[in-house]
Amino acid sequence: MQNFINAYSAVNLSYLLRGLWVTIEVSVVSIFFSFLIGTLLGIARYVKIKYFSAIVGFIIDLIRNLPLLLLLFFTYFALPNIGLRLSVIPASIVAMTVFESAMLAEIIRSGIGAVPVGQMEAARSNGMSYSQAMLQIILPQAFKKMIPPLVSQFISLVKDTSLATIILLPELTQHAQIIYGQNVNYTIPMFVALAVLYFIVNYALSVGSRIIDHRLN
Amino acid sequence: MFKIMFSNWDALLSGLGYTLMASVIALIASLIIGTAFALMEISLHKWVRVIGKAYVEFIRNIPLLVIAMAFYVIVPQFIMQMDGFTAGTIGLTIYTSAFIAETVRAGIQSVPNGQMEGARSNGLSYMQAMTHVVFPQAIKLVIPPLGNQFINLVKNSSVLAFVAGFDLMYQGKLIANATFNTFDTYLAVGVLYLVITMPMSYAMRYLEKRWHTA
Repeated sequence: MQNFINAYSAVNLSYLLRGLWVTIEVSVVSIFFSFLIGTLLGIARYVKIKYFSAIVGFIIDLIRNLPLLLLLFFTYFALPNIGLRLSVIPASIVAMTVFESAMLAEIIRSGIGAVPVGQMEAARSNGMSYSQAMLQIILPQAFKKMIPPLVSQFISLVKDTSLATIILLPELTQHAQIIYGQNVNYTIPMFVALAVLYFIVNYALSVGSRIIDHRLN
Repeated sequence: MFKIMFSNWDALLSGLGYTLMASVIALIASLIIGTAFALMEISLHKWVRVIGKAYVEFIRNIPLLVIAMAFYVIVPQFIMQMDGFTAGTIGLTIYTSAFIAETVRAGIQSVPNGQMEGARSNGLSYMQAMTHVVFPQAIKLVIPPLGNQFINLVKNSSVLAFVAGFDLMYQGKLIANATFNTFDTYLAVGVLYLVITMPMSYAMRYLEKRWHTA
């Protein structure tokens, strides 16, 4: 018990929270970029342009089937080998964005596919161009239905930022490791803190998604 | 890339072996644990349901790395010696079991209620009705997502590299450190992962499509 009290000193707690802040920052930036890129890729897969969509689909499949950890290693350790050196935070964001946009593209493609074809036909016959119909009619309906899978992908993104400890991104897991590395007695308190902090962030996301989903549908 | 691949073939192959072994063990173990928790989640007793739901929600919302590291760091300190491979595989099992519990629960709940009621009123016990009537119908819906879980397992087993688990990622790290040729090494590791995951993911897509229309 004494271990817990000592481990959660003000210094350690603020250090953990600073780690959590980096986790959230990297997650938010990666979510932003991967959502944009994922939407574009999802549309590219949906519209079925000859060859182009098939090639995009194949690249998405390649990325989806690789471990994120490998992509992290690749951006941080392998790219300098061919002359592209990224520091830790950009490297983590690039790796997360590449991986998550592939995951999101698949979700968005199937979300667009679930909107009835009649919606597009009606919009087109009312004089809208294809891109107008896509932006104003199809996508808003598709996103409404996609909220649960999108948010669960965001949750796994937040969890996956922990993998970036391997390239020493100063995020939550890394900070906890530093604290229990200095004092073995703090191991259990630190793992409890990790579990609780990650749980709070992710559970808040999933409750939020349920509320929004309930409001919209 | 091919030079690195062939000169380190033995190491890469043994890494691939450990990756597959961890994935298969974790899949079987988490299938058993996950099904148990799925049954708890749909149990008739409120408290059993609450425990099942709490386990699934808790595990699903914390990173796999934290679970695997907890076993690797805490267990040897207080309970017993445990190597990285064992700790990593236990971590993988616990993490995956929560996702499998959700998959199996959804599969069971998609079987119409009348099936259970019909079986019960024909004199089968709850367990008999589950195993002979409900499970066989749910399995078809559950197999494609389980295949996807296996692909995730193969990918997720790369966290074994954190806990010295001798898997493919770990061997790749060693080779990269020894040869300094990080680019070609990680490319080779990526190809080996894809050799397993790509065919499986296409097979699962095919099954999903076929069973969906059937």
